[in-house]
Amino acid sequence: MGFEKFGVVSFTSDAKVAPLVDYLEKGKVMMTKCQQCGKAFFPPKADCPRCVSSNVEWLEISSIGTLLAFTVVNYGPSGFENDTPYTLGIAEFEEGVKVLGRVSKAISPEDVKVGMRVKLAPLKLANEQIIYEMQRS
Amino acid sequence: MQEVAIVGAGQSVFSRNCGMSIRELCFEAYKEAIEGLNLSHKEIDASIICSAPEYDKQRTPAALISEYLELTPKPTFYIESICSSSSTGLRVAWSLIKSGLHQVIAVIGFQKMSELTSREAAERMGRGDDIMFGSPLGITMPAGYAMYAHAHMAKYGTTEEDLALIRVKNSNYGAMNPKATYRKALSLEEILTSDVICSPLKKYDCCANADGSSCLLIASAEKAKKITSKPVWIMGIGMGTSELNMSARESLTSLNCAREAARQAYQMADLGPEDIDVAEVHDCFTIAELLAYEDLRFAQPGEGVRLIRDKQTYVGGKIPVNTDGGLLSKGHPIGATGGSQIRTIVRQLRGEAGETQVENTQIGLIHNVGGVGTYANVTILGR
Ligand SMILES: [Zn+2]
Repeated sequence: MGFEKFGVVSFTSDAKVAPLVDYLEKGKVMMTKCQQCGKAFFPPKADCPRCVSSNVEWLEISSIGTLLAFTVVNYGPSGFENDTPYTLGIAEFEEGVKVLGRVSKAISPEDVKVGMRVKLAPLKLANEQIIYEMQRS
Repeated sequence: MQEVAIVGAGQSVFSRNCGMSIRELCFEAYKEAIEGLNLSHKEIDASIICSAPEYDKQRTPAALISEYLELTPKPTFYIESICSSSSTGLRVAWSLIKSGLHQVIAVIGFQKMSELTSREAAERMGRGDDIMFGSPLGITMPAGYAMYAHAHMAKYGTTEEDLALIRVKNSNYGAMNPKATYRKALSLEEILTSDVICSPLKKYDCCANADGSSCLLIASAEKAKKITSKPVWIMGIGMGTSELNMSARESLTSLNCAREAARQAYQMADLGPEDIDVAEVHDCFTIAELLAYEDLRFAQPGEGVRLIRDKQTYVGGKIPVNTDGGLLSKGHPIGATGGSQIRTIVRQLRGEAGETQVENTQIGLIHNVGGVGTYANVTILGR
């Protein structure tokens, strides 16, 4: 339990990485990192398959990232009918991870550009669900 | 001499609503594949049935199709890699024949997308990505490819017009394909002014769902020569996989799975991109065809646009691509698509491609991708 609070629409409740949601509630977007080999994981993994170890720690993604790709979605799937248009993007952060996420609706779609600098922040939704978004840094 | 051949290749008409059951739909492709061959259904040692199960009403369709075609009591089973399912089916058939376990195998792909209501289709569309970290944010197939498009445009200066030129080409050939869902040549203007689905991709940058089936009959060398005078030989096969979640991928301007599949297939065939006379590539979106030019090494990274701007991927050009109109014209019945692409190359190699025939084809290539660049099969055929 716990992970069902993540997402505009949720499909998963049980996950060892459910602490992601607790951290989002506290204002932090977190990744995991293997304590043995130092590999950073986003989406967070509870396990490092290289080391065959579950010894991972949670760390905040606090750096300023660079947007690598984006799209303005005009037609969404089930559950997103009232959400369109929304912008999705993938950004790369100094912590060594890329993040797929929503681009803040505070940035107008025509201002979104590959190469723009972004930071991550939690976003509480009207239905009490929580996600993270990319904001202008 | 190669050891495994395609002896027959067929497909149904692809359409928005086929008006028949899935078993009847599969018969259409089987009929075209087996007609004219010196082969009885009793000589088919096994069948491999390919579709994407999330779009099927029928659970475990393999036995049903086998029953309808009277292929029982021989083995049948199901193979899935979404849009690349029937090419993966071919891969499995190749290895079963190569091992000596079987002599003749039918690979049948199908999808009846019209069995789903638009609400059901939207629900499945919403679960096509990583259901923990992708789908909850509203990512879809067009959204995924649209992000590749923007990344490619930013890195290399590719334009929306370049992408539209790919649809112009494919719609031109689609108009000549009696089995295509969309048989109308589109102008650059019509494509560029169509409704934006996921920026920068517009309606005409995207393929549409369709109903359809495909069938490939695969045989050992010894059997193949008895079955047909025109066997088409499997010279190289390759398959690769990328991370399902796009944020875990190394590149957003190239499909890693396709590069890996191409590397394997060229290596097995001991051929390179310069040896390919004609190709079918997975153009579920216009950007996907452009990425294929580069991933298959028909062009250097970032230079794929030159091939379409200079019409080098038209019949008569350096490397004709999607002479059947591609998925963009034919429509995309998920499980049937790979078999349909392979059928087109088989017809090209046999000199049966009619008004889209490429002259003196010796070697053809098929690039069939599943998902947003998640699975890729590359197959090289020769005559
Ligand atoms: Zn490790």
